[in-house]
Amino acid sequence: MRIDRRSFLQLSALAGGGLALDFYRLPLAAAQRPAPPDLTPQAFIHIAPDGVVTIMARASESGQGMRNMLPMLIAEELDVEWKDVRVKQAELDEKIYGRQFSGGSANTPQGWEPMRRVGAAGRQLLITAAAQTWSVPEAECSTEPGRVLHKASGKSAGYGELADKAAALPAPALSSVKLKDPKDYRIIGHSQTGVDTPAVVTGKPLFGIDVEVPGMLYAAIEKAPVFAGKVKSANTDQIKALPGVRHVLVIDGGITPAAFTPWEPGMEPGIAIVADTWWQAQTARKQLKVDWDLGPAATQSSEGFRKLAAELLEAAPANTVRKYGDVDAALKSSAKVVEATYEYPFIAHVTMEPQGSTASWKDGKLEMWSTSTLPGDGVALVAKTLGIQQSDIATHMVRSGGSFGRRLQNDYLVEAAWISKQIGAPVKLLWSREDDIAHDPFRPGGTVGLKGGLDAQGKLTAWRHHLISYGEGKHLASGGGIGGDSYPAGFAPAYALYTSPQPLMLRTGALRAPGDNAYCWVAQSFLDEVAHAAGRDPLEFQLELLSNKKAPWTAGEGDAVGDHEPTGASVLIPERFKGVLELVAEKSGWANRGKQPGRGMGIAAWFCHLGYFAEVADVSVDKNNKVTVNHVWAAGDVGSQIINPQAAESMGFGGVVEGMSHMGQQITLVDGVIQQSNFHNFPLMRMRQVPKIEVYWRKTDYAPTGLGEPTLPPILPAIGNAIFAATGKRIRTLPLQKSGFSWA
Amino acid sequence: MPLKLTVNNVVTTVDVAPDTPLLWVLRDVLNMKGTKYGCGMGVCGACTVLLAGRAVRSCMTQVSAAAGQPITTIEGLSPDGLHPVQVAWEALDVPQCGYCQAGQIMSATALLAHTPHPTDAEIDTAMSGNICRCGTYTRIRQAIHEAAGAVAANK
Repeated sequence: MRIDRRSFLQLSALAGGGLALDFYRLPLAAAQRPAPPDLTPQAFIHIAPDGVVTIMARASESGQGMRNMLPMLIAEELDVEWKDVRVKQAELDEKIYGRQFSGGSANTPQGWEPMRRVGAAGRQLLITAAAQTWSVPEAECSTEPGRVLHKASGKSAGYGELADKAAALPAPALSSVKLKDPKDYRIIGHSQTGVDTPAVVTGKPLFGIDVEVPGMLYAAIEKAPVFAGKVKSANTDQIKALPGVRHVLVIDGGITPAAFTPWEPGMEPGIAIVADTWWQAQTARKQLKVDWDLGPAATQSSEGFRKLAAELLEAAPANTVRKYGDVDAALKSSAKVVEATYEYPFIAHVTMEPQGSTASWKDGKLEMWSTSTLPGDGVALVAKTLGIQQSDIATHMVRSGGSFGRRLQNDYLVEAAWISKQIGAPVKLLWSREDDIAHDPFRPGGTVGLKGGLDAQGKLTAWRHHLISYGEGKHLASGGGIGGDSYPAGFAPAYALYTSPQPLMLRTGALRAPGDNAYCWVAQSFLDEVAHAAGRDPLEFQLELLSNKKAPWTAGEGDAVGDHEPTGASVLIPERFKGVLELVAEKSGWANRGKQPGRGMGIAAWFCHLGYFAEVADVSVDKNNKVTVNHVWAAGDVGSQIINPQAAESMGFGGVVEGMSHMGQQITLVDGVIQQSNFHNFPLMRMRQVPKIEVYWRKTDYAPTGLGEPTLPPILPAIGNAIFAATGKRIRTLPLQKSGFSWA
Repeated sequence: MPLKLTVNNVVTTVDVAPDTPLLWVLRDVLNMKGTKYGCGMGVCGACTVLLAGRAVRSCMTQVSAAAGQPITTIEGLSPDGLHPVQVAWEALDVPQCGYCQAGQIMSATALLAHTPHPTDAEIDTAMSGNICRCGTYTRIRQAIHEAAGAVAANK
């Protein structure tokens, strides 16, 4: 199925691609990526004679509200009523729509200007069509939602009546169209219910797992208990004879375990069982007897990682990410030096919809139903793995039951395509929850050695930060690197950020706020420690630090930051960081917080993905060290405009709840085998554990930026710092239970 | 073995292994995709349906055990999406990714049927078997209170 490109706007190519905001280092090197195309209104806007407007949503949707946010920008400037808009998911075609990637909280900053200009160009053409019809100057024409007006003559026409005429007109350059004054917004800044919400609440088929293709079979894949373990032999003939089973395929895979496991390392080996129903495939799987060649990854264990990390922490660092001032000398001459080691575990994404995909290979062409949030790279990877041309692949973009960074990787897409090509029939692949946890591209764990110096007045003198991560040399595991702009870089008078990798034969990747979901906890917890060591209020201490003159960024810095982290370009604006801290302090009553045993408040803030968030947590800790979070206040600065307020607030709630989940989760390995398997031993927060959450916005004169990620990081240190305030005990190891605490 | 099921007031016969989980019969035999797979061991609640009015995990309910009892799924909650719980869910725009919401809505419906005006504590108890990975709990709680008001108004 291809989309209907017939449109009322038959325009020549217009200027105005995406903003150059590649602050994520994306896989399949950005260098290989073609320049963003010129966007055309006709790709995005279709107006029917009855005035119903169809707007194409270009980005993948996994719950961040992209099917609302981007079309709302177009509709606002087109000047239509939102109730007259129908949103349609675009098929994957980046030559027409520009980048259709959803990740890195990038759709808001990358879509804000171009999407509004697309809408405004559409409106301009309708005005031109009306002016020509009525033989009046364009300047005398105006619009009200869905209509063009000529006030002097009293003439007016609906957009539907003008659509054909507008189609024949040459287009204005996107850069030349006039945008609305924000005070006139009727859609932007007004909550619009999710376009898929009615379908969600009535159980309509919407998600990847719901795709149905005529003649479709179902697949499940058994993989080795150890990463990249290969099949030596298996009772495939016996399995083929089981009820409903049609095919049993051995996947040789394409991974050679090595110290550095790259992003999308290749197909994992295994045995695919294809049956008439998924339950039959899954049932047959229980009778599989496989002799595995587990390979070198079977030597890995969490205990081994911990031991080597302790050794590396004492050794000279392998990589210098950023350094200015003489940190060692500054520490030596400090009145007080605070030292601590922080440790956080591997964790899995556990999207509620497990990984899976539907693919149909027919007559040398592949059709895919993709839940990928990086779908263009998915096509490239499938083509490469199957040895086919990208032009022979058509991709439908299907809503997914959550991504959180997981669906930036396309391994399940490749598997479904490979199976379909092997059997020559449409197939729906579904991973079980156990598969989903065992074969996740994990958020890498890490160990961080920190030293902070204080002068006699209790001011920070130096900050030394040594991250023990995974990988080899300067190649750090995806999701395990760190950017040279990682706060408090730039603000500490002397600063050093080092990394040392240890080998890891395991798939890793980006998890919501990659890097930042760990480093914020480390840095903001340690900063709280240092403030307490100085006898200072942590808020006051941090505001003072942010008032320091920022050390300049030096080109060429940022080695070994990993291949999927912010590039380190130094863009943190201290006034915005301070602004959210001051706002959250005000809302939470920080200055007048009470002091009672077993109860405390903690504060933390962070900047990532161009957004600033500060959060305060109020916690109670009982005599068994059970932690209840009573109340959370969050203050965010993502620029001048909150586009869809109710959805934006929901992202704030979600970031807080997910961050709490992270604090109780861990993935551990014994002999290369992941020890966690389902939600009973890899828990998520539940209703009874969720605090009252309040979200506040600080509007500033900066272009709007995204909310997928920056809401999350501060909650971890805010809670850790609150536990310290309540008990005097510092959380330096996650999950909480490794520090002697647990959720109530 | 043919089994007679009553799903959303429609009687239908399915021919599957009797120990097949009800979830997979609903999804892949009857093509009702609203009920979701999340964990396969009854700990996430994504697959919640009503069996004779009680909220059950369809991933852990053998289809043979469901035969002969009325089964209600998200598709059968109302003909038009206007069940008070659905209306409240939409009004508060509860879903983020939306995947767990069918199960949340079915659990909330069972709660309100027995406890028309639940307290926060009662909501927490009744809903803590349903995981939401996106963290929509705050809105779910609001929506249940709102639906409770509507349920009362309808009586």
